[in-house]
Amino acid sequence: MAATHPEKIATTLADANLQLAIYAGTGRLIDHRKNAIAGDLLPDYQDLRTYANELKKHTIDNLDYYLEQVEANVAAHGGKVVFCNDGVEVADFILSLAKVRGAKLIVKSKSMTTEELDLNERLEHHHLEAVETDLGEYIIQLAGVKPYHIVAPALHMTRYDVADIFTEKLGIEREVVPEKQTMIARAVLRQKFLAADIGITGANFVVADSGAVVVVENEGNARLTSSAPKIHIAVAGIEKLIPRAQDLSVFLKLLGRSATGQPLTSYTSFLSGPRREGEVDGPEEFYLILIDNGRTKLLADPERRQSLYCIRCGACLNHCPVYRKIGGHSYPWVYSGPIGAIITPQFHGVAKDPWLPFASSLCGACAEVCPVKIDIPKLLLDLRADVTADKKAHGSSKLERFAFQTFAWVMRHPRVYALGGRLAAMFGPKGGEWLSTAPWFMNVAPVRGWLSQRDLPPPAAKSFRQLWKER
Amino acid sequence: MPNRASLFVTCIVDQLFPNVGISMASVLERIGWAVDFNPAQTCCGQPAFNSGYRQEARSVAVHFLDVFRDAEYIVVPSGSCTSMITHHFAELFASEPSRLEEVHSLEKRVWEFSRFLLEVAKVEDVGASFGGIATYHDSCHALRELKIKSGPRLLLSKVKGLELREMDIAEECCGFGGTFSVKFAEVSGGMARTKIQSIQKTGASVVVSIDSSCLMQLQGALHRAKLPVRTMHLAELLASR
Amino acid sequence: MSREAILTRIRSALGRQAGQPPPPLPAIYLRPSRPNLAPFFACIERLNGKTLKAGSPAEAREYVAGLVKGKRAVASNSSVLRDCGITTLDEVTCAGTDKATLRALCAESDIGISSADYGLADTGTLVMLSSHQEPRMISLLPPVHIAIVPESRIIGNLDELLTILPTPADLSSSMVLITGPSRTGDIEQILVRGVHGPGELHVVVI
Repeated sequence: MAATHPEKIATTLADANLQLAIYAGTGRLIDHRKNAIAGDLLPDYQDLRTYANELKKHTIDNLDYYLEQVEANVAAHGGKVVFCNDGVEVADFILSLAKVRGAKLIVKSKSMTTEELDLNERLEHHHLEAVETDLGEYIIQLAGVKPYHIVAPALHMTRYDVADIFTEKLGIEREVVPEKQTMIARAVLRQKFLAADIGITGANFVVADSGAVVVVENEGNARLTSSAPKIHIAVAGIEKLIPRAQDLSVFLKLLGRSATGQPLTSYTSFLSGPRREGEVDGPEEFYLILIDNGRTKLLADPERRQSLYCIRCGACLNHCPVYRKIGGHSYPWVYSGPIGAIITPQFHGVAKDPWLPFASSLCGACAEVCPVKIDIPKLLLDLRADVTADKKAHGSSKLERFAFQTFAWVMRHPRVYALGGRLAAMFGPKGGEWLSTAPWFMNVAPVRGWLSQRDLPPPAAKSFRQLWKER
Repeated sequence: MPNRASLFVTCIVDQLFPNVGISMASVLERIGWAVDFNPAQTCCGQPAFNSGYRQEARSVAVHFLDVFRDAEYIVVPSGSCTSMITHHFAELFASEPSRLEEVHSLEKRVWEFSRFLLEVAKVEDVGASFGGIATYHDSCHALRELKIKSGPRLLLSKVKGLELREMDIAEECCGFGGTFSVKFAEVSGGMARTKIQSIQKTGASVVVSIDSSCLMQLQGALHRAKLPVRTMHLAELLASR
Repeated sequence: MSREAILTRIRSALGRQAGQPPPPLPAIYLRPSRPNLAPFFACIERLNGKTLKAGSPAEAREYVAGLVKGKRAVASNSSVLRDCGITTLDEVTCAGTDKATLRALCAESDIGISSADYGLADTGTLVMLSSHQEPRMISLLPPVHIAIVPESRIIGNLDELLTILPTPADLSSSMVLITGPSRTGDIEQILVRGVHGPGELHVVVI
């Protein structure tokens, strides 16, 4: 298995600057969250989590009902819901709309869902310019990489990296001050906003009883994206539904605090359809694209279904000691961290990246901070069982399976187990010193792996059971 | 007739850290409990379970059920193994009602060592003394599955001569994670190094935990870094006088 | 076509029939709090916004006059602004109702002046519903945003807002909650204000 996980893990670990950037960046987000959920500020934090979990469960358990409800309510406000199976269908819809409307330029606000669909690449392939307008997304789009983090897409970059990218891609003089870099991006993107024909946003929530999308942000780019161009298209996964506008308060309280420690972000937009009669501005057309792209595969099993409760706050990434070492680009898909580790195998099948559910110490920090209480460690364990079952079915990993069968047999036979312990002590290194290199007869992969990082305790001269007998 | 505690020493303690088991027994005896050890015991099956081998884990769990069928109080020097039994055995027998009933009966009888002292034996001060500065590492399964946080600290606070200092990241994983420690050795090693930096900052000479597996990871990393900090299981520290 | 396929897949996975109503929803969870001006101002100031409690409409006008002096400002069509006399300031142009004109005006202005439908005390949030009086662009395009809010419109929190407006979509195509100036932390998490929306926010309560 060790041979199949990405080289990116090793290169990330070896890059001291990157390690510092990830650790410090996630560390600040951890602190912000901790301060924001402190008991005196949010005494009902645990109640909110419980409620959010119940509400998400209800919604996902009855998803078809709420999808039809939102569809009708969007239509009632003059918008249109478009269901798409995958990225190809989404791109086809947007391309044909752009053709009919003569649209040339698209502005986009941050959306993990469109990242998942590779939407920019698909549109650009057909010569439709799609510009990311969230500062972090703009930077990584210029750099030509995928988001490093669900909430902080350029978490891994320093101001110097940004300076290099701006100089190269915008042809400007090198600028390393973040304030000035931000103003450079503002000036470039302001022109794009005013010229754009179509704005594409994601949706943090889709509100069934209102036919509305809710977009949460700090910069104002999502407001501009949804309000400046003639056409607003919101793209969301079918799981983003909540039943009622009145349910929003619970989720907004949890989302901002879990993500960045903000009680509310700078802007929360509640958007229902195009400009109404009498309103001065706003888009003339509104489309809500609801995508499956693998989500329905997670619905059959009531346990696995909870993976779809996720509100993409990123808290599990920040708190994951593995993410904090290997970073966002070591994961095989745009969704990184613990949530990525449970949804990627379920969307793509466990055979594609069989190492992924195993890249966890099962410490449970993710479940502890998840605002909607997804039991991520349990799902990782279930997926591990899926991986071994899949390997068994394909006749691979025979040695590992034999090892665990042997383990189980020995553990059912205490005398054999005790004898094995005595033999190890008899032939093992003497002197009670911790080992930093393996003697020849212990020179096997697991021992080498252990010793690559740490010293190994010697087998005890006498096991507990021997000492107990002699006591 | 004193009350009787049945030890489940875990395979790691049995084979690698037997002194932890001996210490646990002596602390229990010191506070007036009779202690027994059934040599038919082996392992809780967690290595197989965490690696996705449910059938193999199930067969080890069946053995465990058989060995401890009649034990009234089963005391375990590990949060992780306790949690395997009390939180995951049930998953292995989800479709076997009679076994499931046995598991639920077992769950009520299995106690992590520190929790047993405080909630069953109802003892906070076991009469230990230890001169030095210690820091406590929260092992993940104890903390997050068993919700053990203040108990071990309370027990340590009663040890004469001991000063307890908190790490800034006491709750962060040491990086052990069973086979994770060898399948993702570099990641696991990195996590251990992050943790030992935090340990070092406290100025403690001893790291205490209720899980020998975490301590093996931490001691291995401390040893490799040639740092003069040693690890002790809570039972060993409480056995000191 | 995809619509039917997706709904069919969902129903078969969930074991539901088309049109089958769901079981009752969990009861609404809202905890409205009491309105209070002090935390409203404190929250805005913590986010680097400026605040003023104006004793009279004239005081509000004077404050705005000081800010717009020598600059170009655009004001919404709200009667609150008219009643304060803000729309008669020389530097201030009224938004009007033509979309293209308004947009050009907002894009060129240094300051946008609006009212707000509500203020949420607990978070220092302005609630803005788009309408013929309040276009979306005034609080968005100019680098400075001034909001004039009648004290009677300050309510407790988001929970109270959603109690008063259980379905905001009935009133407007757009309800925006504004909590402090536009900001980003996307480069090394260093806080920079005014990235796309206004970097400066003034809230005057009358």
